[in-house]
Amino acid sequence: MAEQKRKFGFETKMLHAGHIPDPVTGARAVPIYQTTSYVFEDTDKAAQLFELKQYGNIYTRINNPTTAVFEERIASLENGTGGVATASGMAAQFTTMMTLLEPGDEIVSSSHLYGGTMTQFTHTFKKLGIKTHFVDPTNIDNWAQAITPKTKALYGETIGNPRGSILDIAALADLAHSHDIPLIVDSTFATPYLCRPLDWGADIVLHSATKFLGGHGSSIAGVIVDSGKFDFSKFKTIADPDPAYHDLRFYETFGHYGFLMKARAVTVRDTGAALSPFNAFMLIQGLETLSVRMERHVKNAQAVAEFLSSHPKVDWVAYAGLPDNPYHALAQKYTPKGPGAVFTFSIKSENARLAGKNFIEGLHVFSHLANVGDVRSLVIHPASTTHQQLSDAELEAGGVTAGMIRLSIGIETTEDLLWDLDQALQLT
Amino acid sequence: MGSGSSLAVDVSMNTVLTEEERAKFQDSGVIRKVLSTSKTIAIVGLSPKSERPSYFVGTYLKSEGYRIIPVNPMATEILGEKCYPDLLSIPEPVDMVDVFRKPEDCIEVAKQAIQIGAKTLWLQLRVVNIEAGELATAAGLNVVMDRCVKIEHGRYSGSLHWVGMNTEIISARRGQRYF
Repeated sequence: MAEQKRKFGFETKMLHAGHIPDPVTGARAVPIYQTTSYVFEDTDKAAQLFELKQYGNIYTRINNPTTAVFEERIASLENGTGGVATASGMAAQFTTMMTLLEPGDEIVSSSHLYGGTMTQFTHTFKKLGIKTHFVDPTNIDNWAQAITPKTKALYGETIGNPRGSILDIAALADLAHSHDIPLIVDSTFATPYLCRPLDWGADIVLHSATKFLGGHGSSIAGVIVDSGKFDFSKFKTIADPDPAYHDLRFYETFGHYGFLMKARAVTVRDTGAALSPFNAFMLIQGLETLSVRMERHVKNAQAVAEFLSSHPKVDWVAYAGLPDNPYHALAQKYTPKGPGAVFTFSIKSENARLAGKNFIEGLHVFSHLANVGDVRSLVIHPASTTHQQLSDAELEAGGVTAGMIRLSIGIETTEDLLWDLDQALQLT
Repeated sequence: MGSGSSLAVDVSMNTVLTEEERAKFQDSGVIRKVLSTSKTIAIVGLSPKSERPSYFVGTYLKSEGYRIIPVNPMATEILGEKCYPDLLSIPEPVDMVDVFRKPEDCIEVAKQAIQIGAKTLWLQLRVVNIEAGELATAAGLNVVMDRCVKIEHGRYSGSLHWVGMNTEIISARRGQRYF
């Protein structure tokens, strides 16, 4: 049988990976399998499914054929071995950590994080006996010094929220691997179109799929993708016999699928944070246009950042696409197509808090809301919203200042965005 | 199971083989032909313990309709099938020899596989012995190496996809089993 060997490109995978047209109907679009459960072939097969001796559908809290298309597609785009979708990005983080960690374990995390992640890592994890050491991610020595014998993972965001720092993924991967621990990267702001952390040595990549992957701002979702390359053979939670599965050893039995199988069959099963099939369908619609949207997002973001950086009412702009940005060199290495479309700036004012309020209330095209990565342009004042649960010290560690405005640049007409920002700045 | 239509696919992940070795020992067309034409599979190193990887694979293959023959000198019966101490003791024809043994044991297994007239030698994930592979190839056997027969069956029958794994298959043709 003559076989054509072909490595397909990103855009082809974006449209086709994970979905073979339905054999019965030939439906070209991905069908929505809005079902909770699946009729078993017979009692033997049912038993084998529950023992994980068969791959198959059991219950939508564990897997679903529509969700599987989303999972395989994002895994393909990230060059990962597989994916597990979750009900949200926060659930993707929680699932990952609950699969890897036990009480008494520690993680070392970048402090340049989404505020919700900092809260989860600090307070919720503390209740579970897990300690997070936050470090300024921009110096590798900070990471090295924070690692202890209890450290089980390093964690950071490809493009840090909200200050837009770029994670030195390759350096951190080397550091993590020298300690036999995985590097976990949240790549929500980059998407696999702008950066593929697994290609740089990261072991697990997470997304809030709610953002650019969907793009439409209609559905909350998260996803975990594993490279399949990390050696979990000495990693207790993945390698040791699991009493919940007749002493199954996930890493020995499933090898490069071990972590993901455990995340799905134990953690998601037990926490219940499964993605709904309808939301998976919505995410798939988004993924199909990811590259064309991202090209437009970064083009507009660069134009807006340049415009603001020369505006008399603007104090500073933190976008790694600007040549004078401290992360510009890292951005050119890791995100050569553009360092995302979410960044911050500050208005020049004696009263930064009031100026920020007047600015936001004066905008016509930018939507004031708590999200990023919509096709529409968005704006928020982090100190009073996304990061308001943090203390002043935590705010500062996360790089948030009182007058800081966060923009998520959409795909509108570029000139309309510049006009809107300019007229609102005149009100400050 | 038909022979299926051709696929333009390059399954390149999760292997320690070089590109050249993959071309020899992981050809997608060969794997699908083997899955489609094999009926009797001798599993060398099949464990009687239900939590072991080989037991998972044996359970799966039996459930998918293959006749499995356990080969393990330490057991008499596994998965309801009579167990043999080595390949030479099996009193019936064997299509495929599936190997869960240390790489260094594979030369002897390959020699026995050739001797009993098996059509395929399949070395499981990370069971890598190029010399054993070359030996069996020279004797006219199909050889697959550093791949799991359960994973490959799941890849080309569609079920691996259901657990969110990256099958690396891209096709706009109407769905089917690819073997």
